[in-house]
Amino acid sequence: MSEATAHAATHQHTAPTGFFRKYVFSVDHKVIGLQYYGLGLFAVIIGMILSWLMRLHLGWSTLAIPGLEKLSPVGAPGNVMTPEYYLSLMTMHGTIMVFFVLTNVPFAGFGNYFLPIQVGAADMAFPRMNMMSFWVTLSAFLVLMAAFFVSGGPPLSGWTAYAPLSAIGQDAGPGQGLGQTLWAVSIAIFCVAQLLGALNFIATTLDLRTRGMSLARMPLSTWAWFITSVIGLMAFAVLLPACILLFLDRVAGTSFFVPSGLVVSDRLQPHTGGSPLLWQHLFWFFGHPEVYIAILPAIGIVSHILPAFMRKPMLGTRVLIGCMAAIGFLSYMVWGHHMFVSGMNPFSAILFSVPTLVITIPATIATLLWIGSVYGARLRITTASLFCLGFVSVFISGGISGFFLAQPSIDTYLHATYFVVAHFHFVMGVAAIFGMFAGTYFWMPKMIGRMMNESLGKLHFWITFVGVYCIFMPMHYLGLAGNVRRYAAFTDDFLVPLIPVHQFITIAALVTGAAQLIFLFNLVWTRFRGPKASDNPWQATSLEWSTTSPPPFDNFGGKQLVVHNEAYLYGVQGASGDYVMQTSPETVAQD
Amino acid sequence: MGKLFAVVLILITIISTVFFIYHGPDNILWLPIDASAHGHGVDHQLMETMYGSGFLFVASQILLGLFVWQSTSRPEGWKYKTFPGGAKPMVVSAILLVGIEILTLSFVGSKVWAGIYLSPAESQALPIDVQAGQFAFYFRYAGADGKFGGIHADKIDEGSGNFFGLDPRDDVAARDDVVVASLTIPVNRPILLTMHSKDVIHSFYVRELRLQQDIVPGLMIPLHFTATQTGRFEIVCTQLCGLGHYQMKAYLDVLPAGKFDEWLKQQEAQQ
Repeated sequence: MSEATAHAATHQHTAPTGFFRKYVFSVDHKVIGLQYYGLGLFAVIIGMILSWLMRLHLGWSTLAIPGLEKLSPVGAPGNVMTPEYYLSLMTMHGTIMVFFVLTNVPFAGFGNYFLPIQVGAADMAFPRMNMMSFWVTLSAFLVLMAAFFVSGGPPLSGWTAYAPLSAIGQDAGPGQGLGQTLWAVSIAIFCVAQLLGALNFIATTLDLRTRGMSLARMPLSTWAWFITSVIGLMAFAVLLPACILLFLDRVAGTSFFVPSGLVVSDRLQPHTGGSPLLWQHLFWFFGHPEVYIAILPAIGIVSHILPAFMRKPMLGTRVLIGCMAAIGFLSYMVWGHHMFVSGMNPFSAILFSVPTLVITIPATIATLLWIGSVYGARLRITTASLFCLGFVSVFISGGISGFFLAQPSIDTYLHATYFVVAHFHFVMGVAAIFGMFAGTYFWMPKMIGRMMNESLGKLHFWITFVGVYCIFMPMHYLGLAGNVRRYAAFTDDFLVPLIPVHQFITIAALVTGAAQLIFLFNLVWTRFRGPKASDNPWQATSLEWSTTSPPPFDNFGGKQLVVHNEAYLYGVQGASGDYVMQTSPETVAQD
Repeated sequence: MGKLFAVVLILITIISTVFFIYHGPDNILWLPIDASAHGHGVDHQLMETMYGSGFLFVASQILLGLFVWQSTSRPEGWKYKTFPGGAKPMVVSAILLVGIEILTLSFVGSKVWAGIYLSPAESQALPIDVQAGQFAFYFRYAGADGKFGGIHADKIDEGSGNFFGLDPRDDVAARDDVVVASLTIPVNRPILLTMHSKDVIHSFYVRELRLQQDIVPGLMIPLHFTATQTGRFEIVCTQLCGLGHYQMKAYLDVLPAGKFDEWLKQQEAQQ
């Protein structure tokens, strides 16, 4: 069955002609993948600028930031950020980063580009639906961006948008009018795109693998994308109705999330019968799997890239697949750990805590497998391998803080402090991003046919690696001191002495942010001046290296590849070179 | 450059660990004093986790650095070595080590948690009503009659100081309720807070009490504790509630029993 459908896929669409069909409204998964990547790049630049504005204000709360008044005369009169504008920028920062960067690039970006190729297909199972997914995602992004420019400005309830603050409407304060409604609409649209994308990934993985590509022979990155899409299907299927219910509470007079008797801005609100905790349950039932959607592709990508630079397979490839699957499965049982002190029955805190702690086990196994893989290897240091190694380090750092937060008795002190901010930034804002950087430096030669500049890449790595530790490690200490998060300024007696620490973090953030310009410059330089890449510049084994750089529109020039080998035959004795490609019929002495 | 990675990684590990041990001048980078009866359980849980995680953090980063150092100095033609035992030691040690740690921490931690949130308040606990609203906390004592008056959302009027929406005209119990903007309690006496919100979700957080509890509109949430040290502490809101969130706070004053009785009598006389 797989063979017939794979063959059919090679005739799904003919070569596109004309600029628009080739580069804009393209059904080619490679173009779509690059479009997602480009959107993610644009989004991360905006998200990062927002974080600089936030950090400047936190370090120096009366600072006049040039140009800010132009962006929002109400939000920043005299270029000084108001507290409500700080919260709005913070909300947009989180929303943009989690949805349009972290869900977008590692999964929709790299996954779209490489999953079909890595399984030997000519395209995704549903190329037109794939194209639609991108344009729907872009629409969601534009709707969200519109919130900056409407009257009342962007919402200020955080990316988590807890009700009733997010459900009441204009009375709740600045940004809670049209801005919040646009947020709900944008995220609902985003969910639709993600659901369509997940379906595509699943169908492609199950049905379009080429001859000889059994599930066991799929690369770890493909496994990660597949597991991520299964998680995503169920997670986004819950967020979509949640956003619709929120939208209805805001515009249609319903009361899903708002109880009766609320007095906001001196006005008795008309709602009755709703539950604020219901929003939290729905949101976090999505929200927890979402963070694994953000990290699993990075885990797969790093595990896929490291063997090429260690010239040996990962220790325990199949165990790692099991770990990814276990993490995906367990991710649905832990959402209440975001709600330990939320007012839900405290007994459920104990119930949620156990699987939360249990998730540590597959995560620890994966970490030990990475460390154990480096043992006995001959490591080649490239920018891609540096980001992989850096990934392991920051994944450890971020994972360990999770161990504290998973316990309700400790969370009673650390909840809503900078300890939490440190935790999720290490795992999402650093580890997942390192995975994306590793993927970029590794796969850019394949995607655009040119090698990236290694000197610039390494400089980018070093400043970023040291920089992120300078930014996020001190946040643990702030959290232990009880420094509350989501504060626009620090005026409480116990917070004032901590301001110098915030100032240090801000400077580190600005320097690290500036270093990303090196990366951007490298991307541009590569596009125009990078030396041409061969088909297989890294001497790697998986199917993407069996075709040209970049691949032709149907990936393999009309050929149907036959796979003979598992994905990571590196360091093989007696092979021509020290590796055996997946398509090679060469038989070698297996140690 | 692999050696440089190893060196930088180990330096980062050492410097990070230093600040988990040295807490800055006046210990500003650490928890404040524990002023509650149950706090030692929280602190103990935190320290146990700190030791276990600290060891894992340092060991894993150093091991990563060490293996990277070794692996980048290998000659051309090197035949790779597999970690002794393969993946099995990783799986077994992760399950055993992490498993045992999880079981121990969960067992002890659940008792700590249950002691705070799942046990009933003592019968002689002093009941205090807490209302959170954008952007202030208000506290209510039952007064001489020992009964709280009913609260009515439609009667809330901040301008006249009727924060709780009491109806002293028609509700006898409400007439002697004491309403104040800071929480004053006697030391070493059980306190039972009943918390509610008039608008959005807020949260009650006192670092020195090792207590945090969201205050959810539509719910009446109990929180009980005993303060074991006198002093003035800060109650801060930790659930994003709008533009004034960062300023939403109240003071907790823990007084010796005699002084508290005096204070309460004074407040009652003023009603």
